Amino acid sequence: MSIADLSGKIPNNVNLKDDKRLLRALESWQPHFIDWWKEMGPEGFQADDVYLRTAVSVDREGWAQFGHVRMPEYRWGIFLADQEPDRVIPFGDNFGKPAWQEVPGEHRNALRRMIVTQGDTEPASVEQQRRLGQTAPSLYDMRNLFQVNVEEGRHLWAMVYLLHSYFGRDGREEAEDLLLRRSGNPDKPRILTTFNDPCEDWLSFFMFTTFTDRDGKFQLHALAESGFDPLSRTCRFMLTEESHHMFVGETGIQRVVKRTCEVMNQVGDDPAKVRAAGAIDLPTVQKYLNMWFTSSVDLFGGEKSSNAASYFADGLKGRFTESKYTDHVCVEGVYEMPVVQEDKLTTEQVPLRIAMNEILRDGYVSDCENTVERWNKVLEREGRSERLYLPNRRFNRRVGEYSGIRFDTAGAVITEHEWTKRRDEWLPNQADLSFVKSQMHQVLEPGKIAAWIAPPLKGINDNPFAFEYVRHHAS
Amino acid sequence: MADHNAKTPEVHFHRHPDHYKHWKLDFEGDIARLRMAVQEDGGLNPDTVLKLNSYDLGVDLELADAVQRVRFEHPEVRCLVVTSVTPRIFCAGANIPMLASSTHGFKVNFCKYTNETRLYLEDMAANSGVKTLCAVNGTASGGGYELALACDWILLPEDGNTAVSFPEVPLLGVLPGTGGLTRLVDKRKVRRDLADVFSSLAEGVKGRRAVEWRLVDECVPSSQFAAAVERRAHMMADEAKLTHPLRAGPGVTLPELECTRAADSYRWKYVTMDLRRADRMAEITIHAPEAVPANLAAIRAEGASWWALRCFRELDEALLQLRFNQPETGLVLLRTKGDATKVMATDHLLSEHHGDWFVTEVRLLIKRVLKRLDVTARSLFSIVEPGSCFAGTLYEIALASDRIYMLDHPDEPNHVRLSEMNGGAYPMANGLTRLQTHFLGEPERVRQVLSHLDPFSAATALKEGLVTFAPDDIDWDDEVRLAIEERVSLSPDALTGMEANLRFAGPETMETKIFGRLSAWQNWIFQRPNAIGERGALTCYGKPQRPEFDWRRT
Repeated sequence: MSIADLSGKIPNNVNLKDDKRLLRALESWQPHFIDWWKEMGPEGFQADDVYLRTAVSVDREGWAQFGHVRMPEYRWGIFLADQEPDRVIPFGDNFGKPAWQEVPGEHRNALRRMIVTQGDTEPASVEQQRRLGQTAPSLYDMRNLFQVNVEEGRHLWAMVYLLHSYFGRDGREEAEDLLLRRSGNPDKPRILTTFNDPCEDWLSFFMFTTFTDRDGKFQLHALAESGFDPLSRTCRFMLTEESHHMFVGETGIQRVVKRTCEVMNQVGDDPAKVRAAGAIDLPTVQKYLNMWFTSSVDLFGGEKSSNAASYFADGLKGRFTESKYTDHVCVEGVYEMPVVQEDKLTTEQVPLRIAMNEILRDGYVSDCENTVERWNKVLEREGRSERLYLPNRRFNRRVGEYSGIRFDTAGAVITEHEWTKRRDEWLPNQADLSFVKSQMHQVLEPGKIAAWIAPPLKGINDNPFAFEYVRHHAS
Repeated sequence: MADHNAKTPEVHFHRHPDHYKHWKLDFEGDIARLRMAVQEDGGLNPDTVLKLNSYDLGVDLELADAVQRVRFEHPEVRCLVVTSVTPRIFCAGANIPMLASSTHGFKVNFCKYTNETRLYLEDMAANSGVKTLCAVNGTASGGGYELALACDWILLPEDGNTAVSFPEVPLLGVLPGTGGLTRLVDKRKVRRDLADVFSSLAEGVKGRRAVEWRLVDECVPSSQFAAAVERRAHMMADEAKLTHPLRAGPGVTLPELECTRAADSYRWKYVTMDLRRADRMAEITIHAPEAVPANLAAIRAEGASWWALRCFRELDEALLQLRFNQPETGLVLLRTKGDATKVMATDHLLSEHHGDWFVTEVRLLIKRVLKRLDVTARSLFSIVEPGSCFAGTLYEIALASDRIYMLDHPDEPNHVRLSEMNGGAYPMANGLTRLQTHFLGEPERVRQVLSHLDPFSAATALKEGLVTFAPDDIDWDDEVRLAIEERVSLSPDALTGMEANLRFAGPETMETKIFGRLSAWQNWIFQRPNAIGERGALTCYGKPQRPEFDWRRT
């Protein structure tokens, strides 16, 4: 694509056509992005017409335009939320000073690191989900998957925009590297462990979009507070899209649970019978929930973190809804953190800034609790007494204070022996994974849906469920 | 600030692989593998948590022990692979909270010891023919990368994540002081502008760029990493066999050194150390061997109890005791006692059997201990009295001293002697022998005194410039007493600086730059408010406050 084509075809509100530096960078990056999308994007559907939402501007009408489009031709755009006049740095040692419109030299490396780490998760999730289209339970779900995928692609563009515009040659190299790493490839893994875990079935996909994308929501909120204004504006716009991903996950599990209830109401609550009837038994749903919640909780990083303290002190990364706090400097004050000493839980007073990761995680955990409550409403409505629960955040951790120690789902310290004995009660074993996988069959007929999930209450953009959301051309 | 020494119990120096807390040492054919697995709660100070394979003195004592044991106990080993057990982490360097809470004196001695250990790795590769391969199988930052720099070959996985880095300047406001800056430009010959960029970039450099900048030697995809390490290790072992064909046969086990302790004394078999606390001084006496083995077979039969090895291992431990456990001892009087002809006979064996790997290892160990003496920041006076045996190798101890006092007694014979071992067996950090450094302004004297085969009387030794003063029996007591009293009254800092400047005349080497330039700057920074003041970078690291600097450059 030539420079003139680029500026015309890329929807943006960053005055792309006059930005020589950005145009030059995109001229080389954009073809590599398309190559990456074709290689690592949804496998087997690149030629299909998919009913997708495209953002062409940030106003009310512009951000959600619907139409059938082939994914490689999707118009990935660059959007920032509108600039707030006279915005100030909302926290940290520079609290109250004018927000930075350019990257401050002393924070350049830290900001680049944060942007690259966030940016790396976007293509990673597309890669993790690339084969799910082949087992989509309905065209509606398939379309939602692809919508999530193209938007993750756009979030990658958003981060690449920042790298290209503000970080010079290093930024361009990092932007290239974002297209070179591959989820789950030991030779060039994605940066964060969770984004190298396989996501091979739809129960995992719904859990991922519920829990892992919710981490994304909290990280974006924290970055939306940043004193670096372009990062803040970029993340604020991304949040509007991220909420759709969580909608896909949350309603996905609701529909799974609904279907399971219907089956249980017919055949009883014996998991074997539920499975035999083609639904996913509740214990398995709970185990998937445990697995994906815990791996997403890890994404917030160590409970005590000097990096997090620096990011806060420097005004780079704030808290979820920073404006709701009264103290934006946090030099005084402590966080009461449960820690394990000699096999016993006790409390340690950690300086607030050091505990910033945990403070962000608090908001996340409570958001997740609300979600599980909403899932339980389905059980209630269906007249069931069973309930799903959110495991304690200490359970099954690979990162931070609680990694290397065994906890039960209630957060109590247990022995390695007890862990080995009860592990399969809490986390999917090979048989569970195989069972779920065995239920995954592609349904391509409009209006039809797989047996393990209930249809949605309504379709996309006022279309019916039976709408042909994906026009699949058999290859 | 907490006082590290106050909280840390006395440091003990004996280590054995059966009881390592932080490393795993395995042997397979001609390859040894030393894998770091630092036990978080295994620090010398129980309050220190050694996260992410970060190290304290205890971790480094084990490392030094492992290197020593590979050299003596495993002559079959030709390549040592240094790597980590911890996934994604090679080594995060020295533990920062430990440094931040340590006294200045402890920090300086900790750094000095870790510097010596890294130099021992290089000494082993250069002189024993045990090559070192660093398999950096995870993040290597600060001291972690410095450990890699001390190895012959650095292998890095290319996984888009694993980086080598020096975050000291940007994050901690101090230097990569364990040889890091020096080895970058002096050993690996990294361009200084690139070294400047690298050393101010906290996140470091990874992959191909690390190879292009000469920061590492090779970078391979993760999936091929283990195989590449194996291949390279075998290749290096094969090369070492060609350059050092002599290492063979059974090794020599190094037992724990027995030491009888009293409140103010340490008694090993050949070395004793008496503390005179009130005078802020210590006396170290080195005893000559009672008997000398007849030949190489007898040397081998004696093994670690051979005087030449045991005596210098004991002296080594005495020096560490001084550095870490006796910080207030300012002056050390060095004495020798016993039959000088037996010392000369031992020197003859050390020289004659230079081709034997074990004798070579003993010579190299003596060299290292003498170097440790050279960089020990205490005033050193050698006292040569009748009954002493400052001969050959033991005369190196006199040459390492700041002053040599020799009693010129009319009735009791008192001599110093030189042997072939003074002619090049024990080079100093500057690459010269102690005699060459001693006579830097009169190089012809070195040959002259070495060709003088007879013992030197006090008068001759004084005339030849081999001793500083030679008072007679009437003046002796007063002269020595006054010298001691004067010395211990002077500023300990000024003395440390003065001695370190006078001891290393002559050429610069990487090693002298590490101890004389890098360490000196580091120790200066360690004292400055910008590092250790209330808002200094080292103090603030890991705390909620950000550092605040005094921006004036000196």
